[in-house]
Amino acid sequence: MTTSSEKSITIALMDPPYESGTTTTALRIMDAALRKGISVNVFAYEGAVNLTMRGQSAHPNPVKGTSIEEQDHPSTAKFIAGLFTMGQSNPKLEWVNCGLCVDERGAGEWIDGPRRGGPGDLFKFSQESTNTLVIGTR
Amino acid sequence: MPGILSVVERAYHGTLEEQDDTILWLSHMIKNAGADLSVLLRSNAVNYAVKGQDASGLSIGGVGLGVPPTLDADVEALAAAGIAVFVVEEDLTDRGIGSDELCSGITMVKRGGLAKLFDDHEAVWHW
Repeated sequence: MTTSSEKSITIALMDPPYESGTTTTALRIMDAALRKGISVNVFAYEGAVNLTMRGQSAHPNPVKGTSIEEQDHPSTAKFIAGLFTMGQSNPKLEWVNCGLCVDERGAGEWIDGPRRGGPGDLFKFSQESTNTLVIGTR
Repeated sequence: MPGILSVVERAYHGTLEEQDDTILWLSHMIKNAGADLSVLLRSNAVNYAVKGQDASGLSIGGVGLGVPPTLDADVEALAAAGIAVFVVEEDLTDRGIGSDELCSGITMVKRGGLAKLFDDHEAVWHW
């Protein structure tokens, strides 16, 4: 019988941050898996490579008149940095940003944790994982 | 004749990461910039007008969302700012939403009345 520590899930994700509910849902699935001791492999494709960009900054909200501190704007980079803290060893989080997608977007400044890769990594992840979840752009 | 009718139908796309709906926010900003603007909520976006929404409690990787979106309050703020906010009545009915569940400042419009509503505006921005 496979234990949770031996299980892993691969998630292929395409959407960029701040534009879709799929990114929040995918991050929640990653969080839930890691909490259950299931390792997570992420292949960030196309716009999803922007999720880990280091330079994401909080801003005030002029509609509500709130300051940067009051608005406490989240960022996907902060969420994912937290996931990397959870997934340091066992369970482990691996995150591959599609290198060509990064190049065409000039999106190479990441938080610590992700590595550059390509479609072959998605195939390898899927071969090695218990299951694969593909979340495409609609 | 009112100026712009902003039609919102995509709902809950990035609202947790953005802490709001980007088009409601944009509409409010454009109003503040001097535009004569109305907003029409249709399809799934009619749910934005349901009062009592609570999106608190999200945490990812131990990082909490300290300020969750408050879409019903954002809709009420549009109305308070002088923006006419319309909701398609049949889209509410299709989703089992009663008029007593809506926040204040909303005007219901039937699908059969949309053509006139469009015609009553100089421009229609369909997001």
